[in-house]
Amino acid sequence: MFMSAVRRDFRDEELLADVIARLIGDARHVAVGNASPIPATAALLARAQNGNMRPHVSLLQSRRHNFFTDGARELFDCAGQGRIDVFFLSGGQIDGYGNINLVSTGDYAHPAVRFPGSFGSSYLYYVVPKVILFRTEHSRRTLVPQVDFVSAPGTSERNVYRTGGPVALVTNRCVFTFTGGRFRLASVHPGHTVEEVIENTGFDFDLPDAVPATPTPTPEALRLMREVVAPQLAEVYPRFTAEVFGPPQSAA
Amino acid sequence: MPCANVTIMFQAAKSLDEALAAIDDATTLVVPREVSGVPMAATRALIRRGVKNLHLIALPTSSLQADLLIGAGCVATLETSAVSLGEFGPAPRFVAAATSGAIRIKDTTCPALHAALQAAEKGVPFMPLRGLIGSDVLKYRNDWKVVNNPFGNDDPIVLLPAIHPKVALFHAPMADRCGNVWIGRQRELATMAHAAAATIVTVERLHDGNLLEDPILAAGTLPAFYVDAIAIAERGAWPLGLPDHYELDAEHLSLYARMAASAQGFAEYLDKYVYERRAA
Repeated sequence: MFMSAVRRDFRDEELLADVIARLIGDARHVAVGNASPIPATAALLARAQNGNMRPHVSLLQSRRHNFFTDGARELFDCAGQGRIDVFFLSGGQIDGYGNINLVSTGDYAHPAVRFPGSFGSSYLYYVVPKVILFRTEHSRRTLVPQVDFVSAPGTSERNVYRTGGPVALVTNRCVFTFTGGRFRLASVHPGHTVEEVIENTGFDFDLPDAVPATPTPTPEALRLMREVVAPQLAEVYPRFTAEVFGPPQSAA
Repeated sequence: MPCANVTIMFQAAKSLDEALAAIDDATTLVVPREVSGVPMAATRALIRRGVKNLHLIALPTSSLQADLLIGAGCVATLETSAVSLGEFGPAPRFVAAATSGAIRIKDTTCPALHAALQAAEKGVPFMPLRGLIGSDVLKYRNDWKVVNNPFGNDDPIVLLPAIHPKVALFHAPMADRCGNVWIGRQRELATMAHAAAATIVTVERLHDGNLLEDPILAAGTLPAFYVDAIAIAERGAWPLGLPDHYELDAEHLSLYARMAASAQGFAEYLDKYVYERRAA
């Protein structure tokens, strides 16, 4: 993923999880949906760093990291009341307006490519205050001028009930923040360049005069991910955990 | 072990096929998400019987179950918010059917399915839901309506008509001889059963005693009142997992993802793992 000669003692996934953990910041409740191993790592890291069970972390497919007892709808009811502060969404396509597409490309009736489906995005994007978008393939194929299908829009008309939406987009190359209906390049990961980001992004975004490098994970963050988070993550993402963090260690 | 208000003990079905008899062609069938007790043994039995034209509702998502039913030609309409094999990749037969137009897809979003089944559960015609406005999910659902919140001021909100499935089908850890089914904290299974005209359940085993007499077990019990047929199917969720009982079979799901990538490989998978009886 990174074509870098920089000497590093962490993996790409660890950098991205660390970046997302910083974006989570101080929150009471972070929920993580399906197929989101890097955000799940980040949420568990944020909790391990705080060390006081804050934020509450709900991994939707987990038994241990999931306190819901009223069925799968409880998450959505919780979000509707504003009881979920942070959620993560991705998309087969993401455009410069923050619209995400989890359904298909081409004509909806005769799709060229079919993705799994919108999951909870068409609701959660509106009602979770801090939605962090992530996409580990940063290319003109995925970051497009306009999505072919809007699973959920980045912004809404003034009269539409909306207490949430996107705050940032994290990719394998950089971090964008989202304000005023547009993305702004916030930092570029070590080993990558602003030119490369421009070349591989299909939408227009705001470009500050100076773009800092994304901070790298501290030794303590890496230790927490490898020793505390990895054994917790293995329950839901056995393949990802084995690939990124190596063979299972005894639970911390 | 008296069964309250029941003079005759509930008879577990003699066979899986007998329990599934109410699911005929074109049934509107609701099934649970991939981690809540998916009736895979029952799914294979339905494929062996050759059921056709199902209106399959996966609450709110699905993995192997929807992919198998679609690939085997059992589904006419699919109503769900997503189908994928999770860590094992895209659901290949779903993707193939979606791009070829072999099935009709009613795309939705997770809380919309929960809400529409809750409307049926309550016996009301619709349920309102936030979100959705400005999305193409709403645009392509002409059965949904946007109204102005009658209690608000310039506040558009989406109304979802109640979903009334003919049959709810799921797999659970245990049932008792009174016909009560223990679902634990998978409460969406109760919603499915409340909303459907009939409920069919497969279970790992029979429980000795009346589940409703133990207050701890009773809280996680779907009463026999809602249950129409029960069949025992040990490891009935395999190769998916059953919460708190067994994990999914990762090796088998990898194998499925590889085989189902092509129509021919999928046919070989069906021969080997669904029509397996003749090979045994």
